[in-house]
Amino acid sequence: MSRLPITKTPKVYVGGAFIRSESARVFPIRDAAGDFFANIPQCTRKDLRNAVEAAAKAGPGWAKRTAYNRGQILYRLGEMLEARAAEMTAAITLGAPSPARARAAAREVAATIDRLIYYAGWADKYEQVLGNVNPVAAPYFNFTVTEPMGVIGVIAPDAAPLLGLVSLLAPAIVSGNTVVALASETQPYAAILLGEMLATSDLPGGVVNLLTGFRREVVPTFATHTHLRAISGVATADERKALKLGAAESVKRTHLLKAEAKTDWFADRAQSLEAIRDTLEFKTTWHPIGA
Amino acid sequence: MASLKTISKLSARRQGRPAPELIFGDLWTYDPAPETADPKLKARYELFINGRFTAPKSGRYFNSINPANERKLAEIAVAGPADVEAAYRAAQKAFDTTWGKMPGAERAKYLFRIARLLQDRAREFAVAETMDGGKPIKESRDFDVPMAAAHFFYHAGWADKLDYVAPGRRIAPLGVVGQVIPWNFPLLMCAWKLAPALAMGNCVVLKPAETTSITALKLAEIIQDADLPPGVVNIVTGAGETGAAVMGHPIPAKVAFTGSTEVGKIIMRSLAGTDKKMTMELGGKAANIIFDDAPLDQAVEGIINGIFFNQGHVCCAGSRLLVHEPVADRVIAKLKQRMKVLRVGDPLDKNTDIGAINSKEQLARITALVKSGVKEGAGLFQPACTLPAKGWYFPPTIFTGVSMSHRIAREEIFGPVLSILTFRTPEEAVEKANNTAYGLSAGVWTDKGSRILKMSTELKAGVVWANTYNKFDPTSPFGGYKESGFGREGGRQGLLDYCRLL
Repeated sequence: MSRLPITKTPKVYVGGAFIRSESARVFPIRDAAGDFFANIPQCTRKDLRNAVEAAAKAGPGWAKRTAYNRGQILYRLGEMLEARAAEMTAAITLGAPSPARARAAAREVAATIDRLIYYAGWADKYEQVLGNVNPVAAPYFNFTVTEPMGVIGVIAPDAAPLLGLVSLLAPAIVSGNTVVALASETQPYAAILLGEMLATSDLPGGVVNLLTGFRREVVPTFATHTHLRAISGVATADERKALKLGAAESVKRTHLLKAEAKTDWFADRAQSLEAIRDTLEFKTTWHPIGA
Repeated sequence: MASLKTISKLSARRQGRPAPELIFGDLWTYDPAPETADPKLKARYELFINGRFTAPKSGRYFNSINPANERKLAEIAVAGPADVEAAYRAAQKAFDTTWGKMPGAERAKYLFRIARLLQDRAREFAVAETMDGGKPIKESRDFDVPMAAAHFFYHAGWADKLDYVAPGRRIAPLGVVGQVIPWNFPLLMCAWKLAPALAMGNCVVLKPAETTSITALKLAEIIQDADLPPGVVNIVTGAGETGAAVMGHPIPAKVAFTGSTEVGKIIMRSLAGTDKKMTMELGGKAANIIFDDAPLDQAVEGIINGIFFNQGHVCCAGSRLLVHEPVADRVIAKLKQRMKVLRVGDPLDKNTDIGAINSKEQLARITALVKSGVKEGAGLFQPACTLPAKGWYFPPTIFTGVSMSHRIAREEIFGPVLSILTFRTPEEAVEKANNTAYGLSAGVWTDKGSRILKMSTELKAGVVWANTYNKFDPTSPFGGYKESGFGREGGRQGLLDYCRLL
């Protein structure tokens, strides 16, 4: 007689713990064959507020880590993902897909690992490129350095559910920000598994918080939550308007890609120093020079 | 209740010793605390050419000696001209066929691998480094090895971001480079040289110093484990003749040298008339300047670290102490007290502060310069300390009343010997600090930020440490002014020395 396998209960990764939605609601997802696969937590705006709290708590400690250490931790996440690449590929395709779909998923996982390594490398370098000493016309030592903004909201695209999500959150955390991210609504399972990899990558709990659920329920709270200092994400025209309106209330930075523009997440353009800069503040200090 | 000091005095009287000035170090003796991790040494080390360990064509080997006890550690191959030729051919082939064509993101992954494998084997490498070179285990364990791994890690991340190295210009690797490194930080200098060269896409022939080849060849094992394409890194060992062959070969587009100013000048002369690029990281005679408003206890720690770190075998050692006159007596008194608790001896002991002098030749050179200091009239102070019977050791030494004309104020001693001078005004401090042919580093100790910046503006040195000393980081460019050499290692500036502008 064949053994009946144990199925995994998907939980979201918030504050370093695996939790269900406070609402106790779920929504089902189906595998490649169209059969029931699992129930996914349907997170609410209250879950979002809790996640922002966890992210805010983790922020100061994460930002104080040395750049070298943050780089090593992002690299470690790359190691974790590479070691479990097959599992992650299956998490994207869910079940037995067509060979073409399997190849595409494998390619997405490989690109995601490379993206993490790319941003791991920036950890102790972006400051050397973005910072300056400014030759002011007086005897002052004047220099500009960057600082992380704080808690960043990330809204992941449905296309490339893993690569898109990681491409948005990695440039935020590399500088010491913490992130609350909403995973793809249609393909949330990769984010569930990513949470499990984050938990084993030396990344302190609360630095990345991943929510699953419905955009229409959660995006409005991303827009209005005043503790989110910036929103990076992919949004429809209506969502963009709502996010920008909400952002105006607390002068929040928004870096929104158009959902209708079909971003190519595999392109070199999809990774950049500018993406790191999007979630940085610049600070200039004046200090006199003299005996 | 009796204070520690009282107990210490009683204890000393019981043992028939004079009443101590210190409470620490007199009260009890240390038990040995040897580091026992296995350094996994081979009996014989071959050359590393084209990804394989290869016997030298001459069949000749020399002994690598542990300076702590003068015992033989291993046999090291002597690379002759034919071996150097083979190494350069392998490097050229690797550049033409694999490494030079590889996307930066893939090169990065190899360098990340090397960093991680070195972190894995950190303790083994630290013990090997200490046995081969004589430095205290606490330094090789906490500084040399982790810093070497950090250099690979940092430069790995640059390999796919080279567009940011020279803004506005496109850049390309040079091709093959030849590198010769010194014996004071054998593994770390390997990392300083290899990591930026490889990140930029160059292939390398590297020669470690004759007395300290072992960790370079252990790094070759890691390079094999990392599956780096054959020929990307080639390591040839031997003495000066091998070094001359590496520097003088026609293939390398650039040579990089770290070592004495004397040898640096010989290399520059020998390459005059060629189009080879060069970087030189040479000697130093750094001024460590203490102002009267400095936090003196911290400054004393900085002076100790500045001159006694790695037995003073440091090109940027703070070997000239310039003390502000109002605090000179206090600083010197504190310094002498502090020196009395320095522990000199077995480098493998975890409590050792000052280990073995790297070689018999170096010990002779230090001894000769110290004799000249006494002869020229400076005041010698050495704390009482028992040196091991076997091995090469030198006690921590300071000279007071040194003048700028003394040899010990002008020549690089490269040992645990500090020359103390005084000054009255910041201008005089700058004048004295800059009055040297060297210009590698300097230290400034003061509570006043504006004074730090003024001093660092006026000091002719490539690195200025303020209220600290001997700090290093892969992100921080290191290198000298004037006869301390040219080019920088580390940071964005360091990468520029391994590329050409298109």
